[in-house]
Amino acid sequence: METDQTILERCDLWGCIQCGKCTGGCPLSFKTTLNVRRLIYEALVEGDVNPDGMEELWDCTTCGTCVLRCPKEVEPVDVIVALRTELVDGGIIPPTIRDALTSVFRYGNPSLMQPEERADWAEGLGVKSISDGADVLYFVGCIPSYDDRVQKVAKALVKAFHKAEVDFGILGVEEKCCCNEVRRVGEEGLFEYVVEEQQELFSSCNVEHIVTTSPHCFNTFTNEYEGLDIKVQHYTQFVAELIDNGKLAFTGELNKVVTYHDPCFLGKQNAVYDEPRKILQSIPGVEFREMDRTRDRSLCCEGGGGRMWGEGTNPEERLATSRFEEVLSVGADIMAVACPFCLLTFDLAAKAGGYDEKVQVTDIIELVAEVI
Amino acid sequence: MPPKVGVYVCHCGINIAHTVAVQDVARAAAGLPDVAVARDYIYVCSDPGQQSIQDDIKELGLNRVVVASCSPRMHELTFRRVIQEAGLNPYYLQIANIREQCSWVHSERGSATEKAKEVVAAAVSRARLLEPLEEREVQVTRAALVVGGGIAGLQAALDIADAGYIAYVVEKESTVGGKVAQLGLTFPTLDDAGTLLGEISERVEQHPNIEVFTNSELVDAEGFIGNFQVKVHRHPRHSDKGAHSDNAEDLAPAESVLELGVGTVIVATGFDVFDASLKPEFGYSVYDNVITALEFEQLSSPSGPTGGEIKIDGRTPEDVVFIHCVGSRDRNLGNPYCSRICCMYTAKQAHIVREKLPEARITVFYIDVRAFGKGFEEFYDQVREERVRYRRGNPSEIYRRGDRLVVRAEDTLLGKPIEVEADLVVLAAGIVPREDAGQVAGPLKLSRSEDGFFMELHPKLRPVDTTTDGVYLAGCCQGPKDITDTIAQAKAAASSALIPLSLGRVRVESVTCAIDPLLCSGCGLCAEACVYGALALDGRTGLMTANQVVCKGCGACATACPSGAIVVKHFTPDQILAEVEAAI
Repeated sequence: METDQTILERCDLWGCIQCGKCTGGCPLSFKTTLNVRRLIYEALVEGDVNPDGMEELWDCTTCGTCVLRCPKEVEPVDVIVALRTELVDGGIIPPTIRDALTSVFRYGNPSLMQPEERADWAEGLGVKSISDGADVLYFVGCIPSYDDRVQKVAKALVKAFHKAEVDFGILGVEEKCCCNEVRRVGEEGLFEYVVEEQQELFSSCNVEHIVTTSPHCFNTFTNEYEGLDIKVQHYTQFVAELIDNGKLAFTGELNKVVTYHDPCFLGKQNAVYDEPRKILQSIPGVEFREMDRTRDRSLCCEGGGGRMWGEGTNPEERLATSRFEEVLSVGADIMAVACPFCLLTFDLAAKAGGYDEKVQVTDIIELVAEVI
Repeated sequence: MPPKVGVYVCHCGINIAHTVAVQDVARAAAGLPDVAVARDYIYVCSDPGQQSIQDDIKELGLNRVVVASCSPRMHELTFRRVIQEAGLNPYYLQIANIREQCSWVHSERGSATEKAKEVVAAAVSRARLLEPLEEREVQVTRAALVVGGGIAGLQAALDIADAGYIAYVVEKESTVGGKVAQLGLTFPTLDDAGTLLGEISERVEQHPNIEVFTNSELVDAEGFIGNFQVKVHRHPRHSDKGAHSDNAEDLAPAESVLELGVGTVIVATGFDVFDASLKPEFGYSVYDNVITALEFEQLSSPSGPTGGEIKIDGRTPEDVVFIHCVGSRDRNLGNPYCSRICCMYTAKQAHIVREKLPEARITVFYIDVRAFGKGFEEFYDQVREERVRYRRGNPSEIYRRGDRLVVRAEDTLLGKPIEVEADLVVLAAGIVPREDAGQVAGPLKLSRSEDGFFMELHPKLRPVDTTTDGVYLAGCCQGPKDITDTIAQAKAAASSALIPLSLGRVRVESVTCAIDPLLCSGCGLCAEACVYGALALDGRTGLMTANQVVCKGCGACATACPSGAIVVKHFTPDQILAEVEAAI
């Protein structure tokens, strides 16, 4: 990205009519001074925006609600990312986010973990390497590879794949961060560098079909990896198909009331709303209940856009807390998610708010794995 | 007489002259064979421009004229009249399009000028071979078809009928009145819509010159201005009055197809209301107390389910929120236009809520208030003074809190996010083209503009005409408008439709096909190619014949004819080849 251009030149903003739907819909607007509508106005009338001292720029979770709501096809979130780019280029960046970026550059993951340990979670599970040839590349992602809690999601997915006799492989220690969040914190250069490496890796392994754990990897592969001519699916899409065509059958029952929280990068940004629900509703015994704010009106967990690495200007108020109130109000025992970030943020919020005794936060595929 | 050609190169202000060296083009044209004079002028279509052509015809004895200017769609008829007034057959004119097909699409002056020279040379080459054609007229069927029995169609039918001609109204629904029949009060005068409609529909009912067919649809149309033959599909349960029906079958309650002959057609098919569930953030169809403005009309109507009391689930709302621009001004949805009526009907509905609920808190969320009509701004003033709170910002989401709704927005003037609790939310759903618009567009060959509404021939100069001669537009089928503008346009459409009816004769196409009986074998391939049904086999001679009134001169038959027996006048092979040869 050319950073000597003004914000107005870099982001196509002239269509904006200042209707306020972006800030009005921003899930964070009540807990931050960040107001993207005002930033756009400033860019329009002043020609540029100076991001110096705007700590609140790091509050944005890049959930995409502003883009979804805008009636004039302006992409407000671009302004925030572009301003972050200016800050990053000038070296003004929260230390935790800087560490994550350095880690992605050095180790291929944002968590300062060793690359050679990336596939340790799969030991003994009989998972082959994609270089041995397979129909499907299971792109695990950084958090499911390294985080104790989320590794269970990867293992559950492997169980489902085996059960459905899916011919799949993983990149193993070769796998690198997809860089969806890297791009969103404004490190465009690192994003482009990794994209190139990743694309070469995909083509050297003759990958034709990718299934991801995370909606974030799914999003960037689908929408941002230029020239990537590979079928990409989030696992909920793939598993829903397996259930549909009879390849994945349930053997047990789950007698629970389950609700579902739409991840922003799956729902709002990629309109995958039905498949996760389809999976949950097909589990024998499950009573599925919708919360009030679902699908296009779902709430953000605050885990995206680099917020996993930085807590923002107002860490006391969590959107996740009000989400649990909603889960309880529909009488659900389980809040199912389909995103590693959602899983971790809700897990944390459940413990902090004392909800963990009333509500179980789990990934959809973990529920599936229990009954196959 | 040997050809003597005059060439007139137009600057079109700077439209052409900015990109094309018009003097050079005129100079080059002067050197072409048989060209007696070549001039350039700032606007050839202006009075002095026209005059100079007529002077040259008289003084220099020109017998062919080439005008190098805009598209022939713009001014071919103008210049045909110009040379006709000077004594030439109008078909001795050739237009060279150096604007749309040259100056507007090129930027490099040198090559654009060269291209213009070639376009003019081709036109001159063809002009030398032009032949005179006869101008012909036919009788007009003195009746009009009105498609759609809403307020636009009814008003248009009344004007046609009042002028002394027959009007047939075809209405898809079982009753006339359209959307206006669903409204309570109108803005800004607070007249009762039912009374307004009643005045018109009663006159329609009683008018001896009007025949209304309800539960009926236009399914086919053939012919041309002055003489259309239309087919109307009549579904059972129709309840027309049949004043002019001399066909007893019309009254039969079975499916039937009615054939009508008319001289002109007025299309007044109206609109659909935007489906608010396509804006899922507002929870329409999720929450019972989120309704559209049209549903509010029903709710507040004395004949509605609550007898006109504003109640939701038996409860009187304390907070009522109105939201502007739902489905309008929205590029995401492909509805980029303003629906033009929502600002004012919302003001009217806020006024009604205030009248019925003096204590209610009323909030209107707006982006811009467009109060452009007569009395509109004054009405908007009045409504605000009735303690209706206007807040700038279009809400982004509605969700539930307890048993109330929360409308989440940014008040863009405060620059703050806000939550407004509400018991009733009214969405100002906009106007969209009818889903079934294609069913009417097809038979009448109507064009549609990018927004999906029927397209007028010219946005300023011919707002009720269409690309099909003799077919006119009225009301919201052409684009969003209020009742006032709808009536005005209906009267304009009626006036245009009356012109051919009152003249009684229309000019028909002179450019038609001609069949050489010595070459025709009567194979009939031409008849298969002709979409107008102009060609038929003469059983007596075994040769094809062409109906010179029905023929549009499209040339499909000439292309289909294996023996080269058909020639389209004004586009003969010699003329076209001469043009091509000069161009290449």
